[in-house]
Parts: sequence; structure tokens; C-alpha cells
Amino acid sequence: MSAALLSIEHLSAISEREGGASILRDVSLSVAPGEVHGLVGESGAGKSTVARAILGMLPRAVRVTSGAIILSGTELLTLEPKRRRSLLGAHVALIPQDPLSALNPSRRIEAQLTDGLRMWKGCSAAEARRRALALLDEVQMREPERVMRLYPHELSGGMRQRVLIAAAFALEPRLVIADEPTTALDVTVQKQILRLIRDMQLRHDTGALFVTHDLGVVAQICDRVTLLFGGRIMEQGPTADLLLRPQHPYTRALVAASPRYDRPEDGLAPVPEAVMARCRQEIAAFDRGLHG
Amino acid sequence: MTTALNRVAMMVVTLFGVTVVVFVLLRVAPGDPVAMMIGPGASAADILALRVRYGLDGSLLTQFIIWLKALLGGDFGTSISFHRNALALIAERLPATLELAVVALGVALLLGFTLAVAGTLAQRRIGEVAVDSLTGLMLAVPDFVWALALVLLFGVALPLFPLSGRIDPSLGGTFRTPFYLLESLVTGQAAAARDVAAHLVMPVLALALPLSAIVARVLKGALAEAMVQDYVLLARVKGMSEWRLVTREALRNAVGPTLALTGVQFTFLLGGTVIVERIFAYPGLGNMAIEAVINRDLPLVQGIVLVFGALFIVTNLLVDLAIAALNPRLRHG
Repeated sequence: MSAALLSIEHLSAISEREGGASILRDVSLSVAPGEVHGLVGESGAGKSTVARAILGMLPRAVRVTSGAIILSGTELLTLEPKRRRSLLGAHVALIPQDPLSALNPSRRIEAQLTDGLRMWKGCSAAEARRRALALLDEVQMREPERVMRLYPHELSGGMRQRVLIAAAFALEPRLVIADEPTTALDVTVQKQILRLIRDMQLRHDTGALFVTHDLGVVAQICDRVTLLFGGRIMEQGPTADLLLRPQHPYTRALVAASPRYDRPEDGLAPVPEAVMARCRQEIAAFDRGLHG
Repeated sequence: MTTALNRVAMMVVTLFGVTVVVFVLLRVAPGDPVAMMIGPGASAADILALRVRYGLDGSLLTQFIIWLKALLGGDFGTSISFHRNALALIAERLPATLELAVVALGVALLLGFTLAVAGTLAQRRIGEVAVDSLTGLMLAVPDFVWALALVLLFGVALPLFPLSGRIDPSLGGTFRTPFYLLESLVTGQAAAARDVAAHLVMPVLALALPLSAIVARVLKGALAEAMVQDYVLLARVKGMSEWRLVTREALRNAVGPTLALTGVQFTFLLGGTVIVERIFAYPGLGNMAIEAVINRDLPLVQGIVLVFGALFIVTNLLVDLAIAALNPRLRHG
């Protein structure tokens, strides 16, 4: 375990707005250096809460009740805010869901690509610019010189996501958190962006936590998977095991519900009610164990 | 280019509308300029002679056409109470009002931006409550009440600033232009600049406080909206300090709507100069407007209102240009 880049241990959280309802129930997972860990679940399963807890940006109404988040040996939850900010700023990057709103509309691409380099790497303006150009080249952006001078509204969605990926890898982070980075994109662009993230992650030997609701995306990019339902881990393991030999009925139902090229006639079936009921029972049993 | 031409055409139409409204309203309103000029015992023949002399004998339409024709030739007519060219009178007084209004606008923007940024940085802490309460108070009290309160505070209780006028009479008379503040600053007349500035403090504060509260409120709201956008979240992940998040990431995107509203509110500030100049006996256009109305000096009132109308229109144009310059999406559109 000591080799883990990120390790989340027995993390539980409640929402104070919903009368103390649990939203994370004893979640543990770890990401090794250079590994892509998929965090999968439907909306409300708690996957974004995990991502935000790592970044220290939980909504005000959400409170962590127990557990630890350890990044390269440093516990983040108890870290003093200023130190946490510099630790996260220098070593953790985020690839956001919606490339349309994640770039500042009134700043040029150059400014948004270079500010991190200047802040954390102490680069001069010229050095930061040189590195930013190299990054744009690395994410296969055509005419990087011209793109640097543009504003976000002058780029397409796919181009913006490339800029955001370049920005995420600019500081050579140890961990990249990708929050549904392809959900807002065209299907054709999705594949390119996924491949790009995978390439960048391998080349830079970066660990990644990949948040998604899409098992198809998981199959393409993830080494290991954690499947959440109602803030509780339903199943966890290497991607191939989980997709090919699912143990939990919920996983089986999800795998069966995913569209497949080889058998287009089945699939897209909703998760059966009996399976949902079983998941809810497990959660209730966990909560009883907590209070009883 | 066509939009620019449209704007100019709209300006002409608006100004023409202003002339019609002013002209008609002044003549429909009770009060006779001739009655103000002449003693109570005047004969009917004397009254008629005066009417003819000032062109007040024709029908409303003929009077309007005569005035409009002269106006197009740059002739605003002769002031009835001052017996001088109305345009010359306005030209003498306008700079005083412009200096007052522009300084008040600058102070309002500076104060409003400071309060908005401070309130945003102090989000959900006691500082934000303080900022909100302060702007609430500044907004609730109108400019003329601020003027009277300032008179009591800085004129009577703590006599720090002069109560009335624009400059100490002993320093006046050495100016070549009617822009006293600007001229004294440019030519380096420190004593005169200090004195003009001291005279400006109270009227400027009276005008600026309510406007700065509006600027602060709107900007703070726009900042709050910008601060929850994804690009701010991403910048926060990059580890930027709150100060940088507010000033570098959020502020520029929040300024647009604030400037648009400030433009509208600035025209209210211009309107406010009338009463504030009156309270501080400040020799500006607003003060003269009140004199002109009391004296039923129709040509002068018409001229002043027209100049105020032109100021409003130019202000709105400048605001639109500033917003376009700040927003890259509009710039290239």
C-alpha cells in the first residue's frame, strides 16, 4: 500500500442538508503511479463527491465523517489549507467535464496555459511560452502559435478539451482527476480525446482517477475499476475481471445493459428492479451496522 | 460600420425627440416668461411688445420651427434673464458640472469596485455582512440627503472642507479655461488644485456614495456568479490564491454587466448634480438650470436640457464601446 500514489481509506461523508443522510459509505480505493483507476456509478452514486473530497472542494453542506485521503504519504483531509493548496496545485490536476465553461472566456489561451507554469515552476514568461507551445503540439493541436493568441470562444469543443488536457499535464502532475471529460463531446471526438488522455498519461507516467458513468469508456482506458452505488462500493477490481467476470448482480446488470458492437440486439436494458432492491438492502444493512 | 451609422442616426432621432418634448412641456407648463420680466402694472401693449421681441407671439409650431432652425445653425437663442447668448452661458457652466460628475463617477467606481472585491474575498464571514450593510445604507440614502448630512458633518461639526462654491475667490480669475481642476493639475498650480479639490469633496461624495453602492452590489453579484464557474474551479485546483481568483479570473467577466448598469446610473448622477450643485452653491449647469426654470427663461432651459440629453446619449455610447472593448466575444463579432 505504501507504493500507492493516492489512497483513499474508509471514507464516509454525510450531507447536512438532507438531515445527515450518508452520501459516501466506507469507500476505499488506491491509485498506483501510472495507473488509471475508473470510478464508476450512476449520477448520485458519490463518484463526484470522492473527486471533490480529494481536491478539498466539497460543497458546504457535505461533511466527511471519517476516513483518510493520502497523496504520496501526506494526509490531505487534516492538512492546513495553505499547504494543501500548494500541494494540490503542484501535483494534482483536473480535466473537467464541460470544456465550454472550464476556460475563462476573457483570457487568451496562452495566459491560461502558462499561469500554472509561472506560479509553480518559476518559469520566465518566455520559458513558460515555450513549454506551452510544446504542450499544444503534444496534444496534436494544429497551428499552436495561432491558438495561443485565441480566446476560448474561437475554439471548437474538441479543441478546448485538448487545451484543457495540455493545461492539466503542464506541471507534470502525479495525479490527474478526469471528471467525465468526454461526456460533453461528440461521439467521434470522444474516442480521440480518450486516446489522447491515455497517451499523455502513459507518456508522463501519471496516475489518474477517471470518473465516468460509461462502462464503454472504462473498457477503453481504465486499468482498475471501482463501482459505486449510493456511496457504497459494489465491486472493485481489475477492469478485465470486472467486465468479463462480474461478481455482483449490479455489475452484471450494468455490463448487460451496455451496448455492444457484436450483439447490438440485446443491451440497453434497464437495471432490473430486483437488483436495485438488493443494492438498497446492502446499503441499509451497512447503515444499520453503523448505528446499531 | 453599419451599426456605427445606425447609432449616429439613432442619436439624431433621440435628440430631436428631446427637443420636441422639452419645447412642448415648457410651453404647456404654467408660468409666463414675460410676466417674470415685467412689473405687475405693465400695459397690454408693453407685454405684447416683449412677446414679439422674444418670439413668443407666434403659434407653438412656428415658435418651434424658428427655434429648431436657429439651433441647427448653432444658435441656442438669447437667455431672457441674463440677456446673453444661451450657448455661451452653457459653455461657461458645463465644464464645472463635467468636472464634478466625472470625479464623482471615478470615486464611485473606485469605491464600488473596492467594496465588491472586499465583500467577495470575505465571503460568508463578518466582512461580507459589513460590506452588504454599508452598501445598503449608502443606497438607501439619496444624494441630496447625503449632501445635507455631509454639510452637517464636514461643514459644521468638523469644518474640514469649504461649504460652497467652486474655488476660493482669492484664487479665481487666473484660469484660462473653465476646467479649473484639470487646468490647475496640468499646469501644476498646486494651491489652486488643492482648493478646487477641497471644494469638490462634499458634492462629489454626495453624488458618488449612492452610485458606488449600486456598482458594489451589481459587481458583487456578478462576481459571485463568476466565482462558481468551472474556470474558477479549475484555477482553484491550480492553487491560485483567492485574491488572484477574484481579480484575475472572475473580475474581468463580471465587469461587463456592471459597466452597462453604471452607464445608466451615471445619467442619474448627472441629474443629481442639479440639486447637489444647488445645495453647495456650486456654479455648474444644474444650478443654472434651476435659476432658469425659476425665471421661466425658456431658451436657456431648452438649451440646458438639450445639452444634458446629448450628455446622456454620449455616455451610453461610451459605455457600449467600453463593454465591447472588454468582451472578446463582442470585439470579434
